Amino acid sequence: MSAGAAWAGLPAADGHVAIRGGAIRLGRGAAAFDVVENIGLDIPARQFVCILGPSGCGKSTLLGAVAGHLALSRGSVSLDGQAVTGPHPDRGIVFQQHTLFPWLSVLDNVAFGSKMSGVGRAERRERARALLAQVGLSDFVEAYPAELSGGMQQRVEIARALINQPRVLLMDEPFGALDAQTRLTMQELLLDIWTRHRTTILFVTHDIDEALFLADRLIVMTPRPGRILDDIPLAFGRPRDRGLITDPRFTAIKQRCLALLQGAPGGVPLARLSPIGMP
Amino acid sequence: MSGPMSGSISASAIETAPPIRGARGPAIRARSPRTLPLGRLARRGLALALSLAAWHLAASHRLDLGLVTFRNVPTPAAAAQAAWALLHAPLLPTHLGASLVRVLSGFLAALGTGIALGLAIGRSRLARDLLLPPLEVLRPIPAVAWIPLAILMFPSSEVSMAFITFTGALFPILLNTVHGVESVHPRLVAAARSLGAGDTAILREVILPGAAPSIVTGAAIGMGTAWFCLVTAEMISGQYGIGYFTWESYTLQNYDDIVVGMLLIGLLGMGSSLVVRWLGERATPWIGAGAQR
Repeated sequence: MSAGAAWAGLPAADGHVAIRGGAIRLGRGAAAFDVVENIGLDIPARQFVCILGPSGCGKSTLLGAVAGHLALSRGSVSLDGQAVTGPHPDRGIVFQQHTLFPWLSVLDNVAFGSKMSGVGRAERRERARALLAQVGLSDFVEAYPAELSGGMQQRVEIARALINQPRVLLMDEPFGALDAQTRLTMQELLLDIWTRHRTTILFVTHDIDEALFLADRLIVMTPRPGRILDDIPLAFGRPRDRGLITDPRFTAIKQRCLALLQGAPGGVPLARLSPIGMP
Repeated sequence: MSGPMSGSISASAIETAPPIRGARGPAIRARSPRTLPLGRLARRGLALALSLAAWHLAASHRLDLGLVTFRNVPTPAAAAQAAWALLHAPLLPTHLGASLVRVLSGFLAALGTGIALGLAIGRSRLARDLLLPPLEVLRPIPAVAWIPLAILMFPSSEVSMAFITFTGALFPILLNTVHGVESVHPRLVAAARSLGAGDTAILREVILPGAAPSIVTGAAIGMGTAWFCLVTAEMISGQYGIGYFTWESYTLQNYDDIVVGMLLIGLLGMGSSLVVRWLGERATPWIGAGAQR
């Protein structure tokens, strides 16, 4: 355990994300279209930000640009003053559908990031074990991903992203494919993990309750081409529990979000885009 | 032919027993083919026995249908006797060894080349543009058509025969590798990049294991075609080997041995494909995991 204990699992630097005049165009030639435009966003270190918007508004695409999987057509993204030019383990990402490697055990999936940074086998497995304990999967270290339920797979995803001690954790509707009950459990688990790994979190969702329950701050986007419609601070105390959902301040902000999303022009829901480009 | 017949009779006697499906222990990695119920097993045994009986009748009565004649075809009993004799022949290990060395060297060369080219074609547009057109031209050329040129190109006849098996095994392995590489979801590659994987690591840690199930399939098919091609090559330019043995039996009018050679080729081809599949399952233990959930 000494190896695992020595490795604190805390990010090395701050995690301040800045997007300036960001725009993203996807597609080629005549079929090209603007997904998001004129995005200006400053996220201080260790803030939990949810991005809320209708399906196809480009919030996942924006997340892909911060991850470095997509290039901005205009503007810039930076992390702690350094321009984002491609994917980096400092910016961990969790997708909606799990991206665990089917051929690796749960333990080796989580240890993958440490393997890439050259950590020895015993040491990285020790770290992975510690993280899997935090997400409640100590009994499944030797299982293959296909043997886990959807909720468990997302727990492994989170642990796998955290092993690199990312400064930012990017989450693209990570609980969107789970049933309602599992989703609530996963939200509480995420907040619990966040108390230990105090990274900046950028969390994309179209579930208002989820966004309000999790975040310090809510960014509401317009339909495509996505722009920032509103920026709402959520001053609910922490730790949070389920009772928050019936809090009058919670319902008041929920009303406001519903009005914002309904008032937005463009009725037809658009196809979901992904953080790695066209679906 | 008492062996298979008595076997099928005893099996059909048990056919009325309650079905054994589900009586097996919990199967965790259910990749190996399901065991058939005894009734169907008996039916399959019976089919084999009937085929043998038909062969025996046609050969022993020297059946002549005009278009096809069984006048020079040995009976199953004669073939069995010849097989028994061959088992004790001093030359058998030499024949087997010669064939195995040729098949294995051709197959292994095809495995290495096929995987390397397949990874390149599946991952790089430049490699695809440069390599695929010539390969597509070469692909439809059957191994037999290569024989004259192979003899001219390779001074050693051993190498030319190994080359023929190589051409047979290469394309199934190559095409399945390309298919396997293309089946790796871009999301997995993106996830690996975000976890710090560079180009080499992506290839080694993501693309190769992701394509592995397809490569195993290609290798098993390739092993089969390697035998197919080896025998043709040996018939023409061999000195030892099972294909050579079969062809020599014809020229020496040992007609019983022709059938023995054919059966031996079939058994060896089937056996080596099974070995490849078995090794492949060992190499891809995650396949079938979770299927029982």
